[in-house]
Amino acid sequence: MNRIDKKFKELKERKKKAFIAFITAGDPNLKVTEQLVLAFEASGVDIVELGVPFSDPLADGPVIQASSQRALKQEVNLRKILDCVKRIRGKSQIPLALMTYYNPVFHYGEDQFVADAREAGVDGVIIPDLPPEESKNLIKGAKAQDLSTVFFISPTTTPERMKRVVNLSTGFIYYVSLTGVTGARNQLSPSITRQVEAARKLTDKPICVGFGVSSAEQVSSVSKSADGVIVGSAIINAIVRNTGKRDLVKNVSRFVARLACAV
Amino acid sequence: MTLPDKTGHFGEFGGRFVPETLMALLDDLERVFYSLKSDKEFKKEFAFYLREYADRPTNLYLAERLSRHLKTLKVYLKREDLLHTGAHKINNTLGQVLVAKRMKKERIIAETGAGQHGVATATAAALMGLRCEIYMGVEDMERQALNVFRMRLLGAKVNPVTSGSQTLKDAMNEAIRDWVTNVQNTFYIIGSVAGPHPYPVMVRDFQAVIGQEARRQFLKKEKKLPDYLVACVGGGSNAMGLFHAFFHDAGVRMIGVEAAGRGLNSDEHSASILKGEIGVLHGSKSSILQTKDGQIKVAHSIAAGLDYPGVGPEHAYYQKSGRADYVAVTDQEALEGLKLLSQSEGIIPALESSHAVIYLEKLARKTTSAKNVIVCLSGRGDKDVGALKDLIY
Repeated sequence: MNRIDKKFKELKERKKKAFIAFITAGDPNLKVTEQLVLAFEASGVDIVELGVPFSDPLADGPVIQASSQRALKQEVNLRKILDCVKRIRGKSQIPLALMTYYNPVFHYGEDQFVADAREAGVDGVIIPDLPPEESKNLIKGAKAQDLSTVFFISPTTTPERMKRVVNLSTGFIYYVSLTGVTGARNQLSPSITRQVEAARKLTDKPICVGFGVSSAEQVSSVSKSADGVIVGSAIINAIVRNTGKRDLVKNVSRFVARLACAV
Repeated sequence: MTLPDKTGHFGEFGGRFVPETLMALLDDLERVFYSLKSDKEFKKEFAFYLREYADRPTNLYLAERLSRHLKTLKVYLKREDLLHTGAHKINNTLGQVLVAKRMKKERIIAETGAGQHGVATATAAALMGLRCEIYMGVEDMERQALNVFRMRLLGAKVNPVTSGSQTLKDAMNEAIRDWVTNVQNTFYIIGSVAGPHPYPVMVRDFQAVIGQEARRQFLKKEKKLPDYLVACVGGGSNAMGLFHAFFHDAGVRMIGVEAAGRGLNSDEHSASILKGEIGVLHGSKSSILQTKDGQIKVAHSIAAGLDYPGVGPEHAYYQKSGRADYVAVTDQEALEGLKLLSQSEGIIPALESSHAVIYLEKLARKTTSAKNVIVCLSGRGDKDVGALKDLIY
């Protein structure tokens, strides 16, 4: 049982939901990323998703695209991110998942990636452009090393697909709340609850909702049906607002704490 | 074995690497596309528009003065440049827009580099009365201003893409983002034999008419098969369109000509097959230009339509299996090709096709006995004339 599984087990026992924070590793730099993760833990974040920047992030809206570009300018790569995770692991046991597009992982070598990620202390991997159909090798390697492979369901997922996806997904199931790319939305789809309930009939695994969720009210409303809520772009925006300021970590953590206590 | 296999793979290449939101749609599209392959009504309709609207069959023209110049090669030009809208792209957009209609999609989107695919898509959408939006990098919008104007005249909305390198690759990212957002009512017409399954096979099959005609025409004229097929390769749709019908003709050598830009060792080129490594871009596994960290590189070519860091997965497979050879010529050489064909035959080729034309000089030098070759003249050069004025004279 890795840290993600343990976290959900513990939350379930306490009848609590998970707050999951996404940040791009290396935006504004990896030193700050490390500090943010540690501060997030103290702010009530249950799981952190570390985004691996990619040149062509086709599932992402403008906020995370720009964030990836900034991180790439710092010459951040998988190796450096895994080193950053190692440093975090010296001080914290917060569950960590890498959110990455497939090509950097494929180019690194899937088996090598699984081994190195696990050794560094990564608990899960989320790859938005890698459907289960193309994941056989990764799943096999990850399973052997107890690295969670989180797959997605979306408003367009058919019932038959949903069955397959929830069976293969480990750690949790990522429900994409909308048809579209990442980024804050004023209004969330009213169908989220219904879809989450549909998935719940098929699995005992935790179901977490992401894409578009940005405010404490939205976090609160989504967490009524879901087991966890994922916020990304809104946190990146908070980082952007504070970049260059001495209190960046403190200010962003305060923002995140408000979201975390809304679950 | 017929490729792709059931999961859309050409050997280790191809497949379907897209966000979950698109998976059900691609399953649907695959089902509809394969059912239409044996649908008499659909085939009749597609053939009708190719014949009556796009002006097929195109001529297979013996370029006598060019052949004399090359000495050892007898060159036939497959005149896709004579098609309505000026390039082979219309074959595919007519096919896909008919599929879109069958799927009851009311909105069409597309990416474009040179603007040829954008114009061909806007044209097909206008023909069918469908709303159309085209994504195009701002750099490409500048160098292909005339095509931007044509798309707007045809009623399409042209969305400037300012992210990344502002060229074809980024236009495709933006088109995919639109598609994920509007998947319920929108059909994405991909312009090359790239993208997630079933696009590579669908585009290939719609473009295969090029090779089917050329094979028949050549057999009629020469009573045998050609020795060589030559076509330029960016994403690779005109090349695959020409090659496919000859796949089982083992004696026919196929040569894809990539864009070497400012030189294969310059890091400013678009030679995804010669200089790329296996990877995943825009929904399929193929040979792509990438950094040691697996980031996608920015490609370069004087020809906007070749300026792409990836290539269709079936080409990667053809290279790996040895079925086709891939070579590259530089920007400068392509300009020479454009002049060569213009002045030897009175035909101004597109900069893309000029890559294939100039490669003939290299092929001729390597050839000792007389050989026959079919070159795919994928597009006409009118669109490039404005940008070329400063470069050539």
